Amino acid sequence: MKPTDLFSKEWLIKRILLDTSESLSSEENEMLALLRHDIVEQPVIYIGTSSCGVVAGALKTLDAIKKYLEKHKIETRIVEVGCIGLCSAEPIVDIQLPGKPRLSFSNVMPSDVEILLGDLLHHTVPANNIIGQFRSKLHEPWSNVQFIDEHPFFKYQKRIVLINCGISDPINIEEYIAKGGYRSYLKAITSYTPEKVCQIVDKSGLRGRGGRGFYVGAKWKIAREHSSDQRYLICNCDESDPGAFMNRSVIESDPHLVIEGIAIAAYAIGATKAYIHIRKAYEKAIEQMTIALEQASKYGLTGNNILGSGVNMNIVLRSSAGAYISGEETALIRSIEGKRATPNHKPPFPTQIGLFEKPTVVNNVETLATLPAIFNMGPQWYAEHGTASSKGTKVFSISGRVKNIGLIEIPFGLSLKQVVFDIAGGTKDNKVFKALHLGGPSGFSLPENMLDTVIDFEELEKQGLSIGLGGMVVMDEDTCMVDVARFFIHFMKKESCGKCIPCREGSRRMSDIIDNITRNLSYETSFETLERFKGVMQLEEMAEIIKITSLCGLGKSAPNPILSTLKWFREEYEEHIFDRKCRAGVCQSLRKYYIDADKCTGCTACESKCPTNAIFGTPLNPYYIIEEKCIGCGICYDVCRFSAIFVK
Amino acid sequence: MEIETILEKYTGSQRDNLIPILEEIQEERGFISEEAIVKVSRFLKLPASKIYGVATFYDFFHFERQPAYHIRVCNGINCHLAGSDNILRKLEEELKVKAGQLTRDGIFKYELTGCLGACNSAPVIKINDEFYSGITADDISQIIEECKMKIKEA
Amino acid sequence: MFFDIEVNNKIIKARQGETILQALSRNGIKVPTLCYMEDFTPTGACRMCVVEVEGMNDLAPACSHPVEEWMKIKTHSPMVVKARKTNLELLLANHPDDCLYCVRNGNCELQKLAAELDVKERRFVGKRNKYKTDPSSPSIVHEPEKCILCGRCVRICEEVIGVSTLEFVRRGDSTSVSTANEKPLNLSNCITCGQCIMVCPASAFYEKTHLPELQESLHNPKLHTVLHYSPAISVTLAEEFGLKAGKDISGLLNAALRKIGFNRVFDTSFAADLNIMELADEFIKRLEADQNLPMFSSCCSSWVKFIEQYSPEMLHHLSACKSPQQMMGAIVKSYYAESENLKPEEIYSVSVMPCTAKKFEAQREEMTHKCITDVDAVLTTRELAKLIRLYGIDFHHNEPELPDMPMGTRSSAGKLYGASGGLTEALIRTLHYRITSKEITQFKITEARQVKGRKEFKFKIGQYELGFAIISGLVNVKDLLKDIKEGKTNLHFVEVMACPGGCINGGGQPIPADPTAVKARAKTLYEIDEKDSIKASHKNPMVLDLYQMFLKEPGSDKCKTLLHTKYTPRDVLL
Repeated sequence: MKPTDLFSKEWLIKRILLDTSESLSSEENEMLALLRHDIVEQPVIYIGTSSCGVVAGALKTLDAIKKYLEKHKIETRIVEVGCIGLCSAEPIVDIQLPGKPRLSFSNVMPSDVEILLGDLLHHTVPANNIIGQFRSKLHEPWSNVQFIDEHPFFKYQKRIVLINCGISDPINIEEYIAKGGYRSYLKAITSYTPEKVCQIVDKSGLRGRGGRGFYVGAKWKIAREHSSDQRYLICNCDESDPGAFMNRSVIESDPHLVIEGIAIAAYAIGATKAYIHIRKAYEKAIEQMTIALEQASKYGLTGNNILGSGVNMNIVLRSSAGAYISGEETALIRSIEGKRATPNHKPPFPTQIGLFEKPTVVNNVETLATLPAIFNMGPQWYAEHGTASSKGTKVFSISGRVKNIGLIEIPFGLSLKQVVFDIAGGTKDNKVFKALHLGGPSGFSLPENMLDTVIDFEELEKQGLSIGLGGMVVMDEDTCMVDVARFFIHFMKKESCGKCIPCREGSRRMSDIIDNITRNLSYETSFETLERFKGVMQLEEMAEIIKITSLCGLGKSAPNPILSTLKWFREEYEEHIFDRKCRAGVCQSLRKYYIDADKCTGCTACESKCPTNAIFGTPLNPYYIIEEKCIGCGICYDVCRFSAIFVK
Repeated sequence: MEIETILEKYTGSQRDNLIPILEEIQEERGFISEEAIVKVSRFLKLPASKIYGVATFYDFFHFERQPAYHIRVCNGINCHLAGSDNILRKLEEELKVKAGQLTRDGIFKYELTGCLGACNSAPVIKINDEFYSGITADDISQIIEECKMKIKEA
Repeated sequence: MFFDIEVNNKIIKARQGETILQALSRNGIKVPTLCYMEDFTPTGACRMCVVEVEGMNDLAPACSHPVEEWMKIKTHSPMVVKARKTNLELLLANHPDDCLYCVRNGNCELQKLAAELDVKERRFVGKRNKYKTDPSSPSIVHEPEKCILCGRCVRICEEVIGVSTLEFVRRGDSTSVSTANEKPLNLSNCITCGQCIMVCPASAFYEKTHLPELQESLHNPKLHTVLHYSPAISVTLAEEFGLKAGKDISGLLNAALRKIGFNRVFDTSFAADLNIMELADEFIKRLEADQNLPMFSSCCSSWVKFIEQYSPEMLHHLSACKSPQQMMGAIVKSYYAESENLKPEEIYSVSVMPCTAKKFEAQREEMTHKCITDVDAVLTTRELAKLIRLYGIDFHHNEPELPDMPMGTRSSAGKLYGASGGLTEALIRTLHYRITSKEITQFKITEARQVKGRKEFKFKIGQYELGFAIISGLVNVKDLLKDIKEGKTNLHFVEVMACPGGCINGGGQPIPADPTAVKARAKTLYEIDEKDSIKASHKNPMVLDLYQMFLKEPGSDKCKTLLHTKYTPRDVLL
């Protein structure tokens, strides 16, 4: 029996969404439990097929699972879910047997399927790969299996935005409704005036998650107060920060939550039309959102006269054709208008004159996805989480050289150290921690002694930092900080919209300077060292001017990676400039190659390929490299068949 | 699908549909041709220069026929730290063209692309619609060979 | 509503709703700007106008930030000056170091700003963007390497001229200004008006010069050089030589040109009179036949190219008359050649125009007959000034001279061609005489003056109640054409000038185009009209002579071969 066969769309709308006064019959309750997967009637296999899973090979695993089930003629349901957050454990496969709690397994490759399913379907839990079991009120837990919320990665988390991510089927509106979805929205439009909705959000203390941390309620109020015949809401999912993927993940894994958030916000500001602006490269997210929007519309949750309430709300999905700057709100608006996405000066703010010259509120995906919970649980409940000035939770993506890569949602108030070492498990392969890069291309590279900083808008601001979108990248001893700065400034150079001089020309000159530092010329003179030294002096000066004169936030924060690496990792710059050395061995042209005399057979392969004739020797005897002549191109390293060449 | 057929679907639309129209044309036709710029400009009653200006602003649009294998190397920080530079270098060596250029046989093109958000599997490259995760420079030759084989078979 | 703000420790009055820059300039406080254009919405791209506002973390761009009551502003604090200078230096780091060899040397906003901000060395060195110069257009050279991406050309091309030939393409450090599909200008929809040159702070755009060829010809003993200058030249050239804007220096100009060595110096206003005669004749014929009305003026070659590109189906509305430049050229190489016993190919005919489109017009294939071009070289006002400087002519110590006969005599109506509406005014004067056989009583037709954008009026001549429309600034013609197509108008004659204000603000005029100077130029033209005794084209004795001795009557077959032309639709990227 399939749950949706018995109870229809009409039932869900009538009994679950509209009329919540009358208590449900036991049969109805059981139906809901089935929809929610609290109970299952046959084994259910969940597999994470959001982008991170697919890249890690989830589709191949899925194929293997299907083949296995077919071969053994086992009746099961397969549910494709999103990402639970622990991306480094992808492909993640969960299995729920009737009458037992759901189990979660990591890194399930096609070759593991046979053993995993074989064991499990015979009710034995395989020892390998297990992440944990879900808590269940209805079923006896598996013995000797830790609960998933005891896993260090999940232990410190408070999941409000990520509540359904990786757990439920993202494009199953029935399951979303059964889990209480869309009830907040209907409560808002049927029981509250738009002013009241604003007040509630104000009370919750919710601040924008797009980087600036502006109070959401206050922003809405400005747009509301600006009289106009039309207002617009834009959901900003143009997340292009390298190393940040929380918006992508939320949309892929729980699109209905985002739609509900958009609907609430649109109602609050009096917008009858909302846009979701998703980055084109996020194909899966666009796909999921398109399906979810169709479902919502079929249920009458979007469109005109929503479920008879008289409220109109249409959502248009737009994809951003790929420009980092179109994440800036005024640029985003121009992108939707079909123009070149160059930012405009503020004021006027979009809340005054925005999309098509009408008052427009631009909110981040995460901000909007928080709203349903605020209305479901109440603003006080929400405000209980977090710190005095920063309420609630924040989603971070943590990646780089750490054990656990993925998405986490934590209440404000934790320290960066807790995130890096407790949640993410610290550095991989016993490497020494070097830096945490917080906030993407406009963010900061922090050394270990800064990690005690508490995650809180005010606390970070005091240190001159900001959360940005919430991307965290951990770097270890194998990372060159000059190279990191170089990466980000090249990124900015390419992604600057080209409108204002400081950002366009400044990022170009800054990348020239950094390139110069990491480059080794074959005709090095002391003059070059002086030039590099001058370059660094100019970097600081330029950075200051770019910061205070750029047109938009992108430009203003463009120098941050350089300034922060200069501040905290200055010695690495000095090594590059004066000693011509890259301690991490990353900057290719500063690498020095040596020949291991024991391994060298004197085959002459490297000698004949060396572009600067830096390799000398007699055939069949060990060769050697003249250090001054070596430009570190690495050709000898590539051609050596005896691994006799090494880098120091 | 002909450009006209695509445009027909957008009858009556304004400038705000420009990017969706261009996206659809590219999806159908593979790239934005000069002809497409002219047709869209007539359709939306906008100067052709404005259409071209918008199209060149965004990374997604390209203006020449796309190769059989379009290799995108993720330019995220994680992929960078995991050695995407080496992959680029290897690609240059293997294909003997610079990033963004078409190989002589017209089969390959490689370029950097914005962070694909799959940081758990860095470094990531994407060939057409397929992801290759956690690869090293050494894998590149093999991947290229595989692609060439597939072309030969077809 | 006014309120007080503090600027540089002094209190000044600011108006509610205006920008900081507006408040400052009204109070005589200057901050440098690059991308700012008066009467345009500010873009805030160049960051030159940044000022320090107490309480704000970042510097505020004066051009786009609204002034508020609490503001305490510093316009030249060390921080502000340093920011401006650094940004300028950053800009210069991507700019070629070739001021000495640049057409705008000495008249370049960038150069001036660098001097003001005391830039003394190339502090930031690095890779520069390399672009090819585009010399394809007959009128305008585009040199993208000089471009500082202020966007002024893009905006004037879109908002004033309405063709949007130019647009920003690509992004980030590879942004440039180019045309659709990055085609060369000659294949684009550029109408060669040259307004981009007028607004460019550097030298990314400049006219294609005819000076070298002209100098050759001046010294070629086999060639007889004839020069004629457009009505708008004599009232603008003064500015190039430090004289008061709008001063009429036709006498000095004649003397200077003779010193340079031109065999004959004529006044294009003569041809303007001739143009009016033909125009009036053509108009009356159309009016009587009630055909192809409203008739469109065809003097502005940018406008002609525009309609050929955009509304070829309306080409029959366009007057068949050549522009004064081409009429003069045709007469010089026929009537004048005959009277001087010269072969047409022995004459080198030069025109001085306030316009770059005239260079395009002169090379149109319709303007060449049997390998003889009507006009061999077209100089802009700026090129003329250069030529005068090159010959070391001291303008101030010349005795005024008269132009040569016969084509040196003009009516003041011909002179009015220089300003928007002047053509209509001159036409009405002659139409009145042609239709009613009586002179008009009031020569001054105020309805045709002070045109801004689009102006329409009715004028009764004899039994006819005629509708006139004047367009100044080509963008305004789009709506008019639409209205005409939809039959919403009742018009008989439409004058179109691509440049706002007409030829006195043309694309070949002195840079920068100062709005007050443009006003002064128009004023002088009207003053000349006030003072002159011959106020209508049909009273120009030399024009009448020309008809009597050579052309017979307006609209004769000879006129048709020499003075009329035809138009062809153009297929370009719009």
